[in-house]
Amino acid sequence: MKFGVLQFPGSCDEVDALEAARRVGDAELIWHGQRDLAGADAIVVPGGFSYGDYLRAGAIARFSPAMESVIDFARDGGLVLGICNGFQVLCEARLLPGALLPNANLRFTFRQVELEVLSSGGSFTRACALDERLSIPAKHAWGRYHADPQTLATMDRSGQIVLRYAPGQNFNGSLHDIAGVCNEAGNVFGLMPHPEHAVDELVGGSADGLKIFESMRMSVEGVHA
Amino acid sequence: MSERAGLPAVEDALALGLTRSEYELVCAKQGCVPNVLELAMYSLLWSEHCAYKHSKKLLRTLPTEGEHVVMGPGENAGAVDVGGGLVCAFKVESHNHPSAVEPFQGAATGVGGILRDIFAIGARPIAVLDSLRFGEPGDAPAGADERAAAGAAGASGPADGLRAGGGERSARVRYLLDGAVSGIGHYGNSIGVPTVGGEVYFEAPYEHNCLVNAMALGLAPRERLVRSAAAGPGNVLVLFGASTGRDGIGGASVLASAELGADDDDSKRPTVQVGDPFEEKKLLECSLELLDRGLIVALQDLGAAGLTSSASEMASKGGVGIDLDVANVPLREPDMEPFEIMVSESQERMLCVVEPANVDAVLAICAKWEVNGSAIGVVTASSPEGDSGRMRVLRHGELVGDMPVSALVDDCPLYDLQPRKPTAPIYGAPAATAGLTLESAPRDVLLALLSSPNLSSRRPLFEQYDSIVQSRTVRRPEQADAAVLALPDGSALAVSIDGNGRRVAADPYTGTVEAVLECAANLACVGAEPLGTTNNLNFGNPEKPHIAWQLSESVRGLGDACRALRAPIVGGNVSLYNEGATGPIYPTPVIGMVGRLPDARRAAPLGFQRAGEHIALVGRPRPSRGASELAKLCGEPLPDGLPEIDIATVTATHELVRRGARDGLLSSAHDIAEGGLAVALAECCLAGGLGAEVELGEDLWEGIPLLAPAPHAPGSPSRVPALLSAALFGEGPGGFLVSASADALRELRQRAHAVPVLDIGRVGDDALTIVAAGASAGRMLTLTLDELAGAHAGLAALMQ
Repeated sequence: MKFGVLQFPGSCDEVDALEAARRVGDAELIWHGQRDLAGADAIVVPGGFSYGDYLRAGAIARFSPAMESVIDFARDGGLVLGICNGFQVLCEARLLPGALLPNANLRFTFRQVELEVLSSGGSFTRACALDERLSIPAKHAWGRYHADPQTLATMDRSGQIVLRYAPGQNFNGSLHDIAGVCNEAGNVFGLMPHPEHAVDELVGGSADGLKIFESMRMSVEGVHA
Repeated sequence: MSERAGLPAVEDALALGLTRSEYELVCAKQGCVPNVLELAMYSLLWSEHCAYKHSKKLLRTLPTEGEHVVMGPGENAGAVDVGGGLVCAFKVESHNHPSAVEPFQGAATGVGGILRDIFAIGARPIAVLDSLRFGEPGDAPAGADERAAAGAAGASGPADGLRAGGGERSARVRYLLDGAVSGIGHYGNSIGVPTVGGEVYFEAPYEHNCLVNAMALGLAPRERLVRSAAAGPGNVLVLFGASTGRDGIGGASVLASAELGADDDDSKRPTVQVGDPFEEKKLLECSLELLDRGLIVALQDLGAAGLTSSASEMASKGGVGIDLDVANVPLREPDMEPFEIMVSESQERMLCVVEPANVDAVLAICAKWEVNGSAIGVVTASSPEGDSGRMRVLRHGELVGDMPVSALVDDCPLYDLQPRKPTAPIYGAPAATAGLTLESAPRDVLLALLSSPNLSSRRPLFEQYDSIVQSRTVRRPEQADAAVLALPDGSALAVSIDGNGRRVAADPYTGTVEAVLECAANLACVGAEPLGTTNNLNFGNPEKPHIAWQLSESVRGLGDACRALRAPIVGGNVSLYNEGATGPIYPTPVIGMVGRLPDARRAAPLGFQRAGEHIALVGRPRPSRGASELAKLCGEPLPDGLPEIDIATVTATHELVRRGARDGLLSSAHDIAEGGLAVALAECCLAGGLGAEVELGEDLWEGIPLLAPAPHAPGSPSRVPALLSAALFGEGPGGFLVSASADALRELRQRAHAVPVLDIGRVGDDALTIVAAGASAGRMLTLTLDELAGAHAGLAALMQ
């Protein structure tokens, strides 16, 4: 299978995401100005500070030509993974519910965090067991997940809350300790922690993040865990 | 400026920082009185910041050649060969005065500037480190003391270390610290370069003149390295990046080359530049793509003195002239004067030399990355008589300035320092802050040290930095003594930055040798061998004999230590005139050292790893109280001189530790530095989440010099007689704490030859216990991991 990794001016983690994706399949960068998604089977919207995060994190990137194609791709059921700034972009594009607000401590904060898998078997967590713990680095200034009560209730019912910060790990003040959510159809997934930075024990503190990319490969290739 | 006959007068030259005789020399070189533009350009290029006129002669004494050196001093950054066809570019630079005026932007643009130096030679930046100095942070906010002490059951120690300075002064220190750290994080995080390490110390002499030094490393395929020498008359000068505004005008001469007065904070703010990491990220990618496509002849970043210095220096290095038309420079403000355009320090700009045929291709790539690109001038030949080329500035083709390049760049007079060792101490004794005496119980002393601003955990600072982007970071901050960055072939780079102003103040020569050895010790702990060194010399006003003495002694120590370690100086920076209303800063040479280890996986962490393993003291440290953190907390005056160092013994110890780490014998390795043996033990326990039981025998105590005039207290085990205090908390280079299995330790001892390897205890349980053996047998201290952690959170409490 082939991953397409978007590259905006100001992206920082796109090469890390590219290399992580290449551990489970083919992958190539897709320049923000191009509409052609290069025949990718799945799209990764990477971390960083797209367009300098001016105006509001992800607010400008969401209008780029590449994102217009990604929105259509998602509506047609294509797999889209948004990491950190990518998560913010997907929320701005209304592909995911809710929004990311400034961290409760009002500082950019970097920590290796423990996450709990609340819904396994989905397109992005197939390779994980229910309640499995993943150790993945998080690093951001705008990571406090927020959504209105009704939306949260609906998301909870329909299993859209995929990852939660383990007790004591929620440094940004996200509601219900939410770390990662998917859309109702389950083909668009966003999370603040960086799975692409946890694919190699040597530099990632763990290789747990690889399971997200592996799950996407299994989903695309119709493999069942 | 006075417009008498349209020409500035000598008073204007003085106002711009030139001396009367320098102004007369300028007139002689010009053959006439310089106009406003010319005088502005001379005043910047002849400033200390650009011309190094008080330090160049000293710097020439430093070792700059070595087997690994690919690019030495003189280029935007130095570079060493790291194998696999790759070179590592690195350099440290200061942004002290801008940060004292506006800490966030000052620090942010400091990072932006050092990053441009790295990619200006064709390397992709892979890491940033910082070295910060501030005044005493003083009292923690109300309630923070308790938070600091949380877990330290009834300990009198933890909070005490924080009690210093008056409320208003310490509030300003916290403002500067907070601003500088967020500024560094903002720029590094946003541009996608990890901040992998650093250091920060708090001392009263930095109160009116904080230090913000930033170091950057980059990687490049050897063949992509580019120099900054302009070449090829007829070639085109292309300026690309941000547009040019009025920010930072005169920064180099106004900020970097004069002492800060008491009321400068606001009056000098307009000269501070404003950074835009998004613009620089585009500039970085654009520059590297231009180089990858082989489209440019030479590249240079615009830093201090903007177009003036970059254009003149490119011309000087290439032995050519330059015609530059300011009308082609994209402006942020329409009505800027030619001199303003030439001296503006607007950030995120680069200047390159391009063959005429490639200009369109270069501008197209600039457009792709959405950065301004414009041809602003051409390279001209130097006259056939072999005279220097001319730096000619035009506006819409009309000549507005014309200067010999050699006069601008090479003819600034170099001054001999007049060093004289002061007869009286330069610095007063630090204020006693911890309420400690020689009578204090060891546990209280250790808690006070761990909670003191200089020794408590840096976590609240480095948590604001992205230390892992680019997926190379093998050892994160506080995981090992040096930061470790993986290379493609499985080997790794190790990097450390260090400086201890208090010890250099006590002994400029030995203190500087210690700083270099400390960097090498940090590299040794992860198994790395030094490849090269960079340095930033932060000193006071060199025109004063006692500062000149500090500077020349320090540079002598720097040279001797780098020669002994075979770690030549490949580049650096000098920051002088660091003096405020209350006097000079501590002399602060900041040393950055880069090394390489063959196997990234073998980089030893600093924390204990396995219960039951042996703890060994490696080396022959000769710790003393003088100029130590403990002496500072006790308010003891600086000694006149530090104990002499046997560099050969220390380097032999480094070699043993380095080989031990490389061969996988060591489960952990940590060098004994500020706070001495007891603090090092506590750090190994905290980093590994494991306790330790340690027994210190008589053999450890031999030959410990006592510099502090300390009366012996009645030697009951519960008290700290001077000798014990020096053994536990004294400082001096050459000692390491390692943990290893019994077999591995035996192997290490067999290799040790003359280097002592002393088995002093075992890893285990959840407390640190130190007992004395022999004559003074008895328990010195026991502290649980929780108590140690509570104290170590002193800085976190302060930041709340």
